[in-house]
Amino acid sequence: MIDRPSDSNDNKLFPRGFVKRLVALLIGVMLAALAASDEPRPITVASTTSTQNSGLFESLLPKFTAETGIEVRVVAVGTGQAIRLATNGDADVLLVHHLASERKFVADGLGLARHPVMHNDFVLVGPGDDPAGIRGITEVTTALRRIGDGEHVFVSRGDDSGTHKKELELWRAAAFDPRPASGAWYRESGSGMGTTLNTASAMGGYTLTDRASWVSFGNKGGLQPLVEGDTRMHNPYSVIVVNPERHPHVHAVEAQAFADWLISERGQRVIAAYRVDGQQLFFPDAAATSGRAGAD
Amino acid sequence: MVDEAPRTEACRQAPPDSSDDHPLLPLVARGLHFGINGRTIIKDVSFWIGSSGRTVILGPNGAGKSVMLRLCHGLLNPTSGEIRWGDLSVAQAREQQAMAAQHPVLLRRTATGNLMHVLRVKGVPQEQRHDMVEAALHQAGLEGLGSRAARTLSGGQQQRLAIARACVLRPEVLLLDEPTANLDPAAVRGVEELVRAVAAAGTKILMTTHDIAQARRLATDVMFLNDGRLLEHAPAAEFFASPKDPAAARFLAGELLD
Amino acid sequence: MQGGWSRKRGRFLRMNEFSSAIVAALSMIVTLDEGLVEIVLLSLQVSLGAVTIASVIALPLGAVIALQSFPGRRGVVILLNALMGLPPVVVGLVVYLLLSRAGPLGPMGLLFTPAAMIIAQSIIVLPIIAALSRQTIADLHEEYDEHLRSLGCTPMQSVATLLWDGRFRLLTAIMAGFGRAIAEVGAVIIVGGNIQHATRVMTTTIALETSKGNLALALGLGLILVTLALGVNATALVISDAARRRYG
Repeated sequence: MIDRPSDSNDNKLFPRGFVKRLVALLIGVMLAALAASDEPRPITVASTTSTQNSGLFESLLPKFTAETGIEVRVVAVGTGQAIRLATNGDADVLLVHHLASERKFVADGLGLARHPVMHNDFVLVGPGDDPAGIRGITEVTTALRRIGDGEHVFVSRGDDSGTHKKELELWRAAAFDPRPASGAWYRESGSGMGTTLNTASAMGGYTLTDRASWVSFGNKGGLQPLVEGDTRMHNPYSVIVVNPERHPHVHAVEAQAFADWLISERGQRVIAAYRVDGQQLFFPDAAATSGRAGAD
Repeated sequence: MVDEAPRTEACRQAPPDSSDDHPLLPLVARGLHFGINGRTIIKDVSFWIGSSGRTVILGPNGAGKSVMLRLCHGLLNPTSGEIRWGDLSVAQAREQQAMAAQHPVLLRRTATGNLMHVLRVKGVPQEQRHDMVEAALHQAGLEGLGSRAARTLSGGQQQRLAIARACVLRPEVLLLDEPTANLDPAAVRGVEELVRAVAAAGTKILMTTHDIAQARRLATDVMFLNDGRLLEHAPAAEFFASPKDPAAARFLAGELLD
Repeated sequence: MQGGWSRKRGRFLRMNEFSSAIVAALSMIVTLDEGLVEIVLLSLQVSLGAVTIASVIALPLGAVIALQSFPGRRGVVILLNALMGLPPVVVGLVVYLLLSRAGPLGPMGLLFTPAAMIIAQSIIVLPIIAALSRQTIADLHEEYDEHLRSLGCTPMQSVATLLWDGRFRLLTAIMAGFGRAIAEVGAVIIVGGNIQHATRVMTTTIALETSKGNLALALGLGLILVTLALGVNATALVISDAARRRYG
């Protein structure tokens, strides 16, 4: 019989230590990626589906990046979840639209001061044939009561977003609680503005939407704007930098640069210039102050 | 060791000490029992095989021939009793043996790939492999078929490949389990020729079959197995001319044994 | 999708939505639309990366479970097969909780990166490949065991033999994993954040464009994705078929 010489790697499945080396390599790559460099670091902005779906960021961000070299990564979720992200330190900047939540965020020490950036308004949209007969009503609360009393299909965001919170405030102001009817005529979609509009369009139902999402929505179907202009339907957006004392890892310098840019004359002009189908979607709010986003 | 099982001629003599020119012989078995799931398949079998040459284990289907072969090769462990190949235990002896099963177990590779696999497993140096593969293919009459997928070969070709694969490293013993059970006559002839050639080159053959004619053609000595018992062990000429065991005689006469 | 596409809000008649979709898909492909290429490449990067990592773990894991008897093995096999049905969105949620800054692996800063998506998809795909690998190895083991023992193969040699002989079935298992990964949307959207130019893949783009009401565009992307996924599965079938015919 032939002697069996030692068979080093001939039949080995994985050379010894292969897995250990692979893990070490992966960790090394990740650490290198995380290492501080001279280049400006990217920032994560937690914002709303309305700002994303309207296409505002596609107009805004390339200009900001070109001027500052800072890459901006937008995670678009509802205001409630955006605030949770920022609370956990998973985002560097907030751009949201619910005043009470914003104030609480700052009061809890989670963010530096909030600064108004822009506004538009909410619109109550619904089927063209308007079974609830709310077209043209000036008081949004009256319109909501008519929808509720007539048990007409109303699609709610149901996702703790800024729009959702505003909707619930309006129902409260109308002294009508739709929630017992959830699943019947009050449909909580639990999703973003676009999906909610899709649902309303398909169901022939009413819904509350911000104007930017509405104008840029590509599947309106039979939906039409029915109630607008009530002062309670004002929709202001603010920017808040996450407090680096709470979360030391946030890219605070770059985040502040972003906030400052948004409220600078340049940023405000870019916001105002953004149009869809010829319509201006966002109206600048920081015109009076230029410089640091530090005032409330 | 006393028992009531019929003793065979050869067993009455004591086995010789292991010979120098055949390190694995004699193969000595004492009081082998093998049972599984409550059933006894091999019952108190004792024998020794001293001569090189072609030993055929003959018997009807279900006699326990395959189990017997696997006990000798070490693929199964006896419930009680012992087997030794010369001075070596079964496990030690297996390194110098090779087996071909009834249905050839060919890897999902080419014929060459099957042969190469054995050489690699056994640690044959790279330089030697090619020539050994060619020699094995030639021996099996499979020249030119090296790059064919092994499982697309004909039944006879597959079995010859399996045997050539078993013999590529010139084992001391070649065990064959019903090697031609499902083959047509031409293929049977091819396999038997190969077996004779291998034996002529000095390899000890231990083979099972239920085919009496094949046993006549190939055997130098015969072990007759029925219902788990070794009933007779004799040189071939003696066995076929006048079997001493009545069941063996009936078997040779073509009767069905129960 | 940059500028032009997201603004194309023409009035699509319902009936023509499918033809608009096909036109949208074809023109994106033909012009090699920058946005499309970026998204497809990222999808491939994430899913191929996930399948690779999962295979490196799952193939040997399946082999070990198939070959090594240990107490409770039967239960492990059942569990492994059951895990094939692991809901991707739940995996996404769990990975999100782990990778969030508030979570145990937060300091690694992996949330909202392609790495997070690869991790999530690896977890989803691993049981599939492992279970199929185990099945393949177990079947081959049954067939080859006596022969390999007769040869005196070491355990490593046996595993290598079985893995190589099962290569086509294992390749099919890997492709099954890839098909699952590339079609997945629940986990990657949670851990990736669907960030433009960073973590936006085909499935999340379809979800986004649908939510914007750009249905024709979404459908067009869907057609491309379906073609890709079907192509992979068809290739897997053809390979395994041809292999079976050739090698048996």
